Amino acid sequence: METTETPTSGPAKPESSILTEETGEHVYTASQWQLMWWQFRKHKAAMIAVVVLGVMYFLALMAEPFAVYGPTQRFPRLESTAPTRIRFFDETGQFRGPFIYGLERSIDPETIRVTFVEDMSKIYPIRFFAEGTPYKLLGLFPMNLRLVGTDPDGPPIFLFGSDRLGRDLYSRTLYGSRISLFIGFGGVFLTFFFGITLGGIAGYLGGTVDEVIMRIIDFMVSIPQIPLWMGLAAAVPRDWPVIRTYFAITIILSIVGWGGLARAVRGKLLSLREEDYVMAARVYGARPRRLIFKYLLPNFMSYLLVSVTISIPFMILGETALSFLGLGIQPPAVSWGTLLRDAQQLTVVAQRPWQMIPGAFVVVAVLMFNFIGDGLRDAADPYARI
Amino acid sequence: MPEQKNQRLLEVNDLKKYFPIKRGLLKRTVGHVKAVDGVSLYVNEGETLGLVGESGCGKTTSGRCILRAIEPTDGEILFNDPDTGWVNLRELEQEDLIRVRQHMQIIFQDPYSSLNPRMTLLQLVGEPLVINHGIRGKALEDRVAELLKSVGLRPEYLRRYPHAFSGGQRQRIGVARALALNPRFIVCDEPVSALDVSVQAQILNLLRELQENLDLTYLFVAHDLSVVRHIADRVAVMYVGKLVEMGETDEIYPGPRHPYTEALMTAVPRPDPRASKDRIVLEGEVADPANPPSGCYFHPRCRYAEPICAAEPPVLREITEGHFVSCHRAEELSLIGVA
Repeated sequence: METTETPTSGPAKPESSILTEETGEHVYTASQWQLMWWQFRKHKAAMIAVVVLGVMYFLALMAEPFAVYGPTQRFPRLESTAPTRIRFFDETGQFRGPFIYGLERSIDPETIRVTFVEDMSKIYPIRFFAEGTPYKLLGLFPMNLRLVGTDPDGPPIFLFGSDRLGRDLYSRTLYGSRISLFIGFGGVFLTFFFGITLGGIAGYLGGTVDEVIMRIIDFMVSIPQIPLWMGLAAAVPRDWPVIRTYFAITIILSIVGWGGLARAVRGKLLSLREEDYVMAARVYGARPRRLIFKYLLPNFMSYLLVSVTISIPFMILGETALSFLGLGIQPPAVSWGTLLRDAQQLTVVAQRPWQMIPGAFVVVAVLMFNFIGDGLRDAADPYARI
Repeated sequence: MPEQKNQRLLEVNDLKKYFPIKRGLLKRTVGHVKAVDGVSLYVNEGETLGLVGESGCGKTTSGRCILRAIEPTDGEILFNDPDTGWVNLRELEQEDLIRVRQHMQIIFQDPYSSLNPRMTLLQLVGEPLVINHGIRGKALEDRVAELLKSVGLRPEYLRRYPHAFSGGQRQRIGVARALALNPRFIVCDEPVSALDVSVQAQILNLLRELQENLDLTYLFVAHDLSVVRHIADRVAVMYVGKLVEMGETDEIYPGPRHPYTEALMTAVPRPDPRASKDRIVLEGEVADPANPPSGCYFHPRCRYAEPICAAEPPVLREITEGHFVSCHRAEELSLIGVA
């Protein structure tokens, strides 16, 4: 047995106790970002959320090796099966490692309902780092290694069950997170672009310009959100390629969001403009460009960061809602919203509840973003406590 | 060097700052708040002029208008620029203004809002030098360290952020920043009123020391009359946007010539329990600068008011050498001051 040695060389780790940090010189030389980070680190829920989201985004980027099958790979005659039971002991009670049984399809002659029964005659062991269908990692490196799989002749593993067309829901949920998790960034980027530019212009110039922009925003935010989204999304041609639809949806989602942000930016700018240090800077000769980039912007960056984190879940929910209604991302592209579309009917809820699993992912992602937003909001004003 | 005791450095004539009152959907201007309404004063080289008055009388606005930190509505701001001689600040273009203003700086009341929380001391104090002289690197560090020393801060603090400092220390940082460009003239906008009394004294003494060493001229805006008496050579008293009295500190404190100054003087607390308590308590409210009374703005509250005071606005006139009063009855009244 080897014992791992703790490294003895090198300076003390910065993440030692917070108490000693707050008494040392490096607290005084800590920038606001550092103070914010220290404060954020104390927020347990937010830190957990960072880890959870980190894993989710990692899985989204690296979906292929973690998924069992490709997003559109079908298994005929295995439609709408329940999640595959993973077993460790065979019928005789003997430990056989993780394995699965094959499924036998049968049709109830009276209700014409398809049922599946496990065929206990043969054991198919689960293989780790199994060879599966080939793919390209990150779209670059050709590979065929999958984290889990069965032997090529064995039955498929459906960790979350399969859908109407016999596709693996687990794999599709992983692939779907790509669109669902990243649409937030695209949408937020656009929201911020419009919000900061227009809010910044309104706040910095003031006067008539301010007045006009504010009235436009009043108008924008008074339009009911869901009908507007639906109307715009319905106008997106069905035959557009996935990428183009994706960007169209991003734009639609951000059309509604920017108004609130522009208002907030304007308000913050107006108040920052009146700070004494901005007046001092003008008196000692700072020109407008320097004022904006060295004095105004840095002082509301933390505030913007909080806004971003809080607005990403709205984007995720927006995409899910639109796709669920059939107006967002179109099949064959996969997103959590399109996956949930299969769960629209009551029979699904009653007979195939596993089809709602992607919904749980939406809930977790949104919750985690809200936790982070919460932590950031508390941390954004480090002076409140130090 | 020849004695230039009474050479003027700054002269302000008829300075006005009106803030429009806008109402309604179309933001029509329905009136003006006359925050500064025709202030004329001068500051001699090397002296401290105290500008006093109660809250909202326009003293801070005057101070900022003089620097054009806020744009005055009207008036003349003449400054004796050591490089080019007399200039009218009101007529300068942006770039000239920036050049002339290197000689005129400001210290603020609130030591918290006056320092950018995102900058280290080096950046805070060095920023004026970077902008105006392009000094960088070691030279900048040396100069900032020197400035910090001159205001009683340790040069090791260079890398610290303002959140590491107390109110008094922050005010010292503000002073160091104002000194960075070697100014001739500094507007001190209530620099000690946000501080503890013990810290107030330290900052006041620092300001006096710096004035002697660096030959500075101050316009010292304050509402605390004891502080002003301690630091100012001359005092100017404001009421509702107008100057009511201006003269030597030693003359005005014991012998005010304007009834409003008298009321202020009797309000100065005296640390003697046996001192007479003949304090003049003014009745009524401070006049509304958006809708001031007729004639002398002070007449509704003045216990010496006569019909003429409501009819005609008094002008600021020199009644004895260097002593200006704006009161119709300045000569006849004998008013109480503080010893």
